[in-house]
Amino acid sequence: MTTVTEWQKEAYIAGQAADARVNVELETDGMTLNIGPQHPATHGTLRVVVRLDGEQVVWADPACGYMHRGYEKLLEVRKYPQITTLVNRLDWLGSFANEVPFILAAERLMDVEAPPRAQWIRTVLFEMARIANLTLFLGDMGVQLGAVTPVFYAFRDREYVLNLIEAATGGRFHPNYDRIGGLKDDLPKGWIDECKSTMQRVRNFCDEMEDLLLGNEIFNSRTRGIGVIPKHVALDYGLSGANVRASGVDWDIRRDEPSPLAWKDVEWKVWTHPDGDSFARYWVRLQETREATSIVEQLLDGLPAGPIMAKVPRIIKVPAGEAWVHTENPLGEMGYYIVSKGDLGPFRVKVRTPSFNNISILPWLLRGVYVPDVITILASLYFILGDIDR
Amino acid sequence: MSSVLNPLLGVDLGFGWLAAIKILAVYAVVPVGALLYVYVFLFKMVSHMQSRLGPMEAGPHGVLQAPVELLKFLQKEDIFPARADRRVFALAPFVVFMSTFLLFVIIPAGPRLVAEDLDTGVFFALAVSSLSVIGILMAGWASANKYSVTGGLRAAGQLIAYELPMVLAVVGVVMQAGTMSLQGIVHAQADGAIFGVDVIGNPYILTQFLGFLIFAIAAQAELTQTPFDMPVAESELVAGYLTEYSGVRFLLFFMAEFASAFAFAAIGAVLYFGGWYVPGVEGLAADILGPVVMLTKVMILGFIIFWVRFTLPRFREDQLQMFAWKYLIPLSLVNILATGIFKVAF
Amino acid sequence: MSSADNEGTGPEGPEDEGATPAAEQEAPPEAVSAEAEAAVPAEAEAEIAEPASAESTSDATAEPEAEPEPEPDPLRQPLLDLLRERLGDDLVGSEVAAGDIWVRVERSAWRRAGEVCKADLDMDYFCFLGGMDWLPAPDLSAEKVWDPDSEQPGEAATPAEAPTTYETGVAGGQTRFQVFARLMSTTSKVGITLKVDLDSDDPRLDSWIPVYRGADWHERECWEMYGFQFDGHPDLRHIYLPAEFEGHPQRKDFPLLAREVKPWPGLVDKEPIPGEDEEADATAGGET
Repeated sequence: MTTVTEWQKEAYIAGQAADARVNVELETDGMTLNIGPQHPATHGTLRVVVRLDGEQVVWADPACGYMHRGYEKLLEVRKYPQITTLVNRLDWLGSFANEVPFILAAERLMDVEAPPRAQWIRTVLFEMARIANLTLFLGDMGVQLGAVTPVFYAFRDREYVLNLIEAATGGRFHPNYDRIGGLKDDLPKGWIDECKSTMQRVRNFCDEMEDLLLGNEIFNSRTRGIGVIPKHVALDYGLSGANVRASGVDWDIRRDEPSPLAWKDVEWKVWTHPDGDSFARYWVRLQETREATSIVEQLLDGLPAGPIMAKVPRIIKVPAGEAWVHTENPLGEMGYYIVSKGDLGPFRVKVRTPSFNNISILPWLLRGVYVPDVITILASLYFILGDIDR
Repeated sequence: MSSVLNPLLGVDLGFGWLAAIKILAVYAVVPVGALLYVYVFLFKMVSHMQSRLGPMEAGPHGVLQAPVELLKFLQKEDIFPARADRRVFALAPFVVFMSTFLLFVIIPAGPRLVAEDLDTGVFFALAVSSLSVIGILMAGWASANKYSVTGGLRAAGQLIAYELPMVLAVVGVVMQAGTMSLQGIVHAQADGAIFGVDVIGNPYILTQFLGFLIFAIAAQAELTQTPFDMPVAESELVAGYLTEYSGVRFLLFFMAEFASAFAFAAIGAVLYFGGWYVPGVEGLAADILGPVVMLTKVMILGFIIFWVRFTLPRFREDQLQMFAWKYLIPLSLVNILATGIFKVAF
Repeated sequence: MSSADNEGTGPEGPEDEGATPAAEQEAPPEAVSAEAEAAVPAEAEAEIAEPASAESTSDATAEPEAEPEPEPDPLRQPLLDLLRERLGDDLVGSEVAAGDIWVRVERSAWRRAGEVCKADLDMDYFCFLGGMDWLPAPDLSAEKVWDPDSEQPGEAATPAEAPTTYETGVAGGQTRFQVFARLMSTTSKVGITLKVDLDSDDPRLDSWIPVYRGADWHERECWEMYGFQFDGHPDLRHIYLPAEFEGHPQRKDFPLLAREVKPWPGLVDKEPIPGEDEEADATAGGET
C-alpha cells in the first residue's frame, strides 16, 4: 500500500552508504569531513559536510532533514485545537513560544480577542520560554568552547524555570497551554511569588555567566572577530532575532509590531551590538535574558484580573481567509501563514521557522574558517534541529 | 631502596630481586596514583564544582567507582575499526603507557624510597615524557578516521611546542640546585637557606616563581588538559585521536593521562616545593613521613591542574602555538638569564 | 453529530464558503478590529482579508451591501501605489487589509517585483518563500482507502474530474499552483506578501537568488515539496528528503500514508460531548 517501492528503498540505502564512505577515504587534496549528524556540537542531527584544506574550510554544505517530520503536511489534516500539540515540538526548548503566533493568527481570522489576563499570562510564559531557551544557550556556548562547568549551572538554574512552567501548564517541555481565545487554565496559587524569586535566580546566573565566560580572555580570543556577519548579508539571508541584532539591526518584533500580547504595557529595552561576531551574539543573548526577567517581573506586578478564556464556540471553525502572524521567538522570527477555507482545520499552514534561515547562511559564512571556529560559529548562531527541519 | 629493604626483610637482596621488587612497586604505584587522581579530581572535585555530587552508589561516597570502572573496561570487547592498521593501532596505547611508567622510575618518595635515582634525573624525565607523542601519532594515524588524524596532528604540534618551555623552565631549577638528579634537588632545597634563614630550607618556588608558572602551564599542555586540550577537543573531534579506542586500549590511554598528571605533579613538587622534605625530620622518620608529605603536595598540585582544566575554555590551535612560541619561550629564557645573574651575584 | 456520519470535513461546497464571510460581515467590525490593530496609526479597516474568489456566486451578492467602506492604510497604501507604478500591468491582484499587503504579480515579472521591492520599497529582509497547492484537499474520512489507480482522490468540489478553476485566496489566483513570498523592511517595519501563479502543467519560476541570497534554501524546499522548477537556481536538489525520494510531498494529491492506513479518528470515532450535544449541533451545522 505504500508508494515507496523496494527499488526505492534499496536506492536510498545505497545512497546513505555512499555518503558514509566519504568519511573514510582520505583524499590528498583537501579532506572532506562530516561534522555530524551525530556530533556533540550540533544541537541534534545536523550534518555539515566541509571540505578542509589543512585546518581551513574550503566549502561547507549543511545537510539538514534528519529530523524532518513534515509539519506542513501534518498540520493540514488536523483541527485547530490539535495543532498546538504538534507545534510545541518545533523549538522544543522554548516551546510555549511556538504556540503563540499560531493561536494569534487563528484568533485574527476568527476575530476573537482573548481577555487581558490571558494575554498578560501568555506574555509571561512567552518570556519564560525565552529564558529557558537562552539560559541553555549561555551555558552551551561555553561547552562548545571547552569550558565544561557553566553548562551545569545553566541546567541547574533552568530547572527552576521549567518547574514553574510545569506548575502552570502541566508540561515542562511541551506545555500545550495556549487555546484559541485564551488559555487552558489560570495560574496556580503561589506561582507569582515563586516566579519572582526564580527571576532573581536567573539574574544571578546571568551575572555568573558574565564573570565566568564573557570576562574570560580565552573566551574573548575565541569569539571576537569570529564569524562576522555584515548587516546586509544577514538580512538578505533572512537571519533574525539575536543574530541580526548582534549585527547592528535595530529590529525587535515585540516592539515594532502591534500585537495583542502585553509587551507594550511594560518597559524594556532592545539590545543591539555593532560587531556582528560570535561574541556579539553571545552578549546580546545574555542581555536579552536579563531583560526577559525584568519583563516578567513587571508583568507579574501588573497582572490584570479577569477571565482566562473568551467566549468561543465549542467547535472551532475558523472563517475563510489568510493571515500571517509572526513573533519574536527566542531563536528569531517565527511566523505562521495560515490559509483557511472555513473548515475545522487549516487548508495550508506555512511555518516560517527562524533556524532554517539562520543555518542557510553557513555556506557563505564558513568559507576560510578554521575547524574550531566552525564549532564556535555553530554554537553562536544557535539553532534547534526541530526548528530547522520542521 | 636496598638500604631500606635489606634491613626490613632481613636478607641481602641481590640485584635481580631488587630490580624485580622495584618494577613491581612502580607497577603498583602507577594505577593507584591514576585511580586516586581519577576519583578525587575527576569524580568528586569536578562534580562539586559543578554543583552536583558525582558517583555515590559504588561504595561510600562512590570510592569504589574507580576500581569498578577499571574492571568494567577490562571486560569489554576488543574492537578494531575495519580499515585500521591493526599492529600500529594495538601498539599505540602501550607506547604511551610505557613513557608514563618510565616517568615513575625517578620520582622519590623519601630519602631512600626511589626506584632509581639517576644522575640525569630531570633530563631523563623530560626526555621520556616526550615519547608519548609518538604513541599519540600512531594512535591518530592507525585509526583510519579523519577525526583521529586531525587530533593526532594537533597533539604532535602541541606537545612538541610545549616541551621547550618546560625544559627551559626546569633549567632554572637545575642551575640553582647544581644537579639534575631529583634526590639531589630535594637535598639542595632541604639544605639551602633563604638569606641565611634555613628553617624551612629553600624551596625553589620562592626564587623560581616565574619558572614554576611556566612549568605549570607547560605541564598542563603536555597533559593535553584544557585550556590546551585541542587534541581531545570533545566538542569538535569527538575524542580526537582517542575516537576509535574502546575497552582496554582506551583504559590504557585514560590511565596514562592521569598517571602522567600524577607524575608531573610529583616532579613539580620535587622541583619547586621540596619534594618529600619535612623541615626538622631526619632518618627513619623521613622515610615514613616523606611519602605522606609527597602525596599531599602531589594532591595539591593536582587540584590546581584540574581546577584550571574544568574552568577555562580551550585555546584554538594557532593561539596555543603562538602562546608557546611567542610568550612562554622568551619568558623562560629571561628566567634562565635572571637565575644565572642572581646565582653569580649572590 | 452522529458518529456514523459519512460527510467529510473536506472542502465545503461553495454555499458554505460564501455564507461564512457574509456572516462575519454582519458582526460589528469596528470594535473588534480597533482592539486587534492597537498600534496601527490608521483607522480600522476591514478586519479579515476576504478571499477574492471569482467562483463563489453568493459572495458577489453579499459583498457590496454589507462591506463597510475600507479606509486607506496610510502606511501601506502608498507602497502599493508605488508598486503599481513600477510594475504596471504586471501587478495582477492586490489587497491591503488587516494591517498587511498582498500583491499578486505576473509570472514574467516575478524577479523584477523582487528587485523593485528591494530597491524602491526598502524591503531588505527576506522572510520566506513557499508554495501553494490550491487543489481541494482529498477527503480522508471514514473508510476511504487510498486507491492508487484513481485520478482524483476523494470527493472534491467537482467530483470525477480535475477542477479547472480553483478557489484561491487573497489577491486572487487562477491556477492550481502558486508561490508566495514574504519580505519586510527593517527600517519602516512594513511587510509585504507577494504571490505569483504558476502553470499547472509545467510549474516554473525565475529564481530569486540574484535578488535575495536567502531564497536559495527556500526554493530548494519548494522544489522538493511541490515540484516547482526555479530557473537560474544553481543547485536545485533535495534539502529535507533523501536524494532518491520520488514525488513531491506537499502536493495535495500526494497521500499522507498515516491517514491512508487509518482514517482520521476525529471523524470516525467521535463521541458526543456529554450534555452539550444540542448546543454543539446548533452551532456546528453540517459536520460530524
